[in-house]
Amino acid sequence: MMLAPDEAPRPVTVRRVRGLAAEAWLRILMPLLIGALSLSAWEWAVRVNEVPPYILPAPSVIWATLVRDWPSLSISLWITLQITFAALAVAAALGLLLAVLFAQSKWIELSLFPYAVVLQVTPIVAIAPLIIIWVDDIRLALLICAWIVAFFPILSNTTFGLNSVDHNLADLFRLYRASRLQALLFLRLPAAMPFFLAGLRISGGLALIGAIVAEFVAGTGGRASGLAYRILEAGYQLQIPRMFAALLLICIAGIAIFLALGLVQHIALRRWHESAMRREG
Amino acid sequence: MEGGGAAPGLLAPAPRPLVRLRGVGKRYGAGTLALHGVDLDIGRGDFLSLLGPSGCGKSTLLRILAGLTSASSGTLDWPSAANDARGVQAPRLGFVFQEPTLMPWATALANAALPLRLEGVARSEREARAAEALARVGLAGFERAYPRALSGGMRMRVSIARALVTRPDILLMDEPFAALDEITRFRLNNDLLEIWHEAGFTVVFVTHSVFESVYLSRRIAVMASRPGRIEAEIAVPSPYPRGEAFRTSAEYAAICRTVSLALAEAIAA
Repeated sequence: MMLAPDEAPRPVTVRRVRGLAAEAWLRILMPLLIGALSLSAWEWAVRVNEVPPYILPAPSVIWATLVRDWPSLSISLWITLQITFAALAVAAALGLLLAVLFAQSKWIELSLFPYAVVLQVTPIVAIAPLIIIWVDDIRLALLICAWIVAFFPILSNTTFGLNSVDHNLADLFRLYRASRLQALLFLRLPAAMPFFLAGLRISGGLALIGAIVAEFVAGTGGRASGLAYRILEAGYQLQIPRMFAALLLICIAGIAIFLALGLVQHIALRRWHESAMRREG
Repeated sequence: MEGGGAAPGLLAPAPRPLVRLRGVGKRYGAGTLALHGVDLDIGRGDFLSLLGPSGCGKSTLLRILAGLTSASSGTLDWPSAANDARGVQAPRLGFVFQEPTLMPWATALANAALPLRLEGVARSEREARAAEALARVGLAGFERAYPRALSGGMRMRVSIARALVTRPDILLMDEPFAALDEITRFRLNNDLLEIWHEAGFTVVFVTHSVFESVYLSRRIAVMASRPGRIEAEIAVPSPYPRGEAFRTSAEYAAICRTVSLALAEAIAA
């Protein structure tokens, strides 16, 4: 049996400039340009109108503050990130585990899923004080708060993914008498992978927000406190540029987490999933 | 094991058919009678097409044969099949769906090796056998390709390789080429006949195309709907191998006419 030459698909060609696709350059350059323009406008407006720094500091002042206060701010950043990553890891592991449990039986899913929703819709600001009272270890309390916020998208997405297996493929596994474990490992988990990773990407940002909200509520002082406390502290002392510098660090951390998880998603799915494919033409 | 010439008495059932159906019916929960009173013997090495309009129960019959759904009445047995690992007399099945139904996250090789993996065959052996099956459907050199990178016809070839990898007694095909363009379909028709001719397994082929069923089969069961049933059985005595010359012959046209008339009658009945 031979394959006819016209039966094989043609390879995709992409125009490249210095190793990057031309479209990728545009995707990097355009946001940078917009950012540079708005920063310049901000700087210009502050200087021309002589706005005092305790109302709105100029970008150059914020940058100078960030550089000057880097030793103390970086410690706080590291503490906030530790809580974020720990919460994200626990959310990913527990979300995946619970989703697999839900997928075992419709009954388990129907009985437990509403409580996961309750957890999701309860405002974290409202329950954070309770958690902080109940849990002695403040870092553990912060981790639980961040986890509650980050947990739901992973659980919900993975459950959806485990249940959206191609019916014919499921039939095929039945035909070859696959065990439940085989169907889970070789069919349902790989099929749920893109959904899990999409959930993880949402949860990355949420874990950071959860950690910071909890830190705000806890308001712990001392050297070993997170970025939220630095913002509160700077607010009390009217050190507005320092407040902005801490805010900037939170933004950068959030963007970095989002990009890193996007990269993980791309690497895991690049060979087979539509979302990671470059379109022709 | 299958000779090239037309064997006499094709409609006479073999003494020990591979599969025997008696009075098989299927009623779905809502009360719809999808299939009624199907009597059918399928011999070893046979190529049987189930031909009929949509809703005549041909896919249901195929799913009953595959054990994916159970008959609500009648009996189905495999008189000459060997015992499987559980000691039950069961055939080795291969199933090809209308869609290629491949795992998008796995290479062509891993897709073709899936049935062996589920059976617990060791990695090196299953990869060797899957590579052999891929070569047999003309996909040597595409072992590492993902389904996304393959054309529709090539994906269907992977699907056929997966069905062949267990060396099945019977290959069940549910309108496998219906979604392909005509040129690819003709090519896959020829390749399927070639593989079947070499290996000698049994094929049950569901189709709604008179031309495809006549070109491929040794025997055609014409089905009608409401309730789904077999209305007529027609033998196609033309010898194998059949090629493009057969497709344009007067003999082929004559048989197509007979089958078309039988189908029209079945639909009108």
